[in-house]
Parts: sequence; structure tokens; C-alpha cells
Amino acid sequence: MAKEKGRYRRALAAAFPHTVPIFAGFWFLGLAYGIYMNVSGFSFWYPMVMSLVIFGGSLEFVAVSMLLSPFAPLQTLLMTLMIQARHLFYGIAMLDKYRGLGWKRFYLIFGMCDESFSINYTAPIPQGVDRGWFYVFVTLLNQIYWVSGATLGGLAGSLLEFNTQGLEFVMTAMFVVIFLEQWKKERSHLTAFIGLGAAAACRLGFGADSFLIPTMACILVLLAAFRKPLERVGDPV
Amino acid sequence: MTLTQQAITIAICALGTMATRFLPFLIFSGKRPTPPFVQYLGRALPAAIFGMLVIYCLKDVNFLAGSYGLPELIAIGVTVALHRWKGQMLLSIAGGTVCYMLLVQLAF
Repeated sequence: MAKEKGRYRRALAAAFPHTVPIFAGFWFLGLAYGIYMNVSGFSFWYPMVMSLVIFGGSLEFVAVSMLLSPFAPLQTLLMTLMIQARHLFYGIAMLDKYRGLGWKRFYLIFGMCDESFSINYTAPIPQGVDRGWFYVFVTLLNQIYWVSGATLGGLAGSLLEFNTQGLEFVMTAMFVVIFLEQWKKERSHLTAFIGLGAAAACRLGFGADSFLIPTMACILVLLAAFRKPLERVGDPV
Repeated sequence: MTLTQQAITIAICALGTMATRFLPFLIFSGKRPTPPFVQYLGRALPAAIFGMLVIYCLKDVNFLAGSYGLPELIAIGVTVALHRWKGQMLLSIAGGTVCYMLLVQLAF
């Protein structure tokens, strides 16, 4: 029993520092989301339940306008699949890492948001730390931050007033750093440039609201086209 | 919208999201070997995804008007410089964010 406890504690202690920037980002965005729902006329139950069962920030914001429009289940489903399609890529990348983790796998896949995926894919897990519990704590902490932020925002509504303008940049900064960490591991940087280039070109061509699907298609085509040279240099590692 | 319709809308959002998260694991379960091309994608995608996510964070920045995306570019520059210098994730993220907050609150 004591041994078990030590195992949880070690995994939690290893996971927590990686989630600190997400605490800042999720509380800020979660509060903003809860406040947005509050001023749109919904009780705090809505942001609380939605952040718990959907756990995907951008879709939850869009869902507010869906809830305010006439009932359109098919359109809701199509919007959801389009906004969330990038998770297919995360799943493919995590196939091996999440293998053989038993029941934990179910929760890990359920809670695989952008941030949890990014940390669990890149974070080095220290020796002696249980891999499965490390992943679980990263995912769980992130979800706790998000749900508590959204619920508080829904409760407190517009009462909160402090100058947090610009705090949302914490998410951008985190993805830049994760990008750099991945960059260090590569010998050629072709895949990184493919991602940046395809996204930038599609953002220009398709606009801010509908460039993710074309970007994913471009990435797939380019990775298929450059498979031979990439595998020859040993990238991706 | 009635309460039932709201519940259905939220359920569709949740189930659609889960479909995109679970599908790869359901298709490529341990029973059959994962096709080599999918294995290759699993290794090649992350670098491309992280590039895509960086652009995604900047999707609403207007580089042609307003502050021309300067606060974002400067703060990203600071983040990268800090990370190259010290290599500590939290320091780089905090430094870049504080820099951005100061820029948008005081300078732009």
C-alpha cells in the first residue's frame, strides 16, 4: 500500500510542473468561457457539464452559439467533426505510447486535448516514474484546471475584474516551446516546415475559421510524398 | 431550444469529439499489425502538428493592420531566445507571456 502511494506521488510530482503553464492558460480561457456562457444567459451548470464531457476548448466556444440557434443536430455533428478532426492525428501519434496501459487508456484517450497530447508526447518521463500514471496525472490536472476555470467563470460571471489582457498568449508560448523541443530531436526539419508552411498557406487561402481541414490534407499529402527522403535521414526519429 | 434539444446538442458535441479521439485506437488495435504507412505517420506527424498548432494560435492575428502582429512576433522572439539560452520550459513560457502582456497593455 505504501509502495502504491509512493508511485502515485512520484508520478504526480513529475507531471505537475509540466502542467503549470496550462493551469495559467486554462484558468484564463476557462474563466473567459464560463463568463461568456454566463452573459449568454446560461447557468453555471452548462459550462461545468460541457467542459467536463466535451473537454475541447474551441468547440465549446462554438457550442455556445449552437445552443443559441435553432436545433440542428446534423449541422452540430458536422461542425464538431470538422473542428475536432485534428485529434485523429494525435491518436495516430499516440498509438504506441498509450498501448498496454489497461483501463487508464480509456481516460487518456477521452481526455486527449491539444495540451495533454502535446505534453504526453514530448515530456521526458524520469526514471522510476510510472509512465501510465504520469500520463493520467497530466491529463487529469489539465481537465481539473479547465473544468474549475469554466465553472468559476459561469458562477462569478462579470464580477471578476483584473487586468489580464494578453494572458492568453501563454498558450501560444507553450506551443512555441513544445515546437522547439521537438525541433531539437530532429535531424532534418522538413516535417516541422511542412506543418508551419501548410498551416500558414491554408490560413491565407481559406481564412481563420476553416483552414484546419485543408492544412491536415496538405500535411498528409506532403508527408506521403517525402516519405522516402525522410526515412532515409532517420527522421522522424 | 428546449432543455432536451440542448442536452442532445451537447451530447452530439461530446460524442463527435470522442469519435475523433478514439477512432485511431479502435481501427489500429493491437490485434492486427499497424500498417507501415500509419506507423510512419505516427512518427512524422507530431513535428508537423506542433507547427500547425503554433500557426493555429496565431490564426486571428492581423499582420496587415492594427499592430501588424508585432507584439506576437516580438513575444515569440523572446520565447525562442529564452529557450535557446536557458532551455527551461517554464521560464521561456512565462517570459514570453509577460513580455506579450506588457506589450499589449503598455506599448500597443
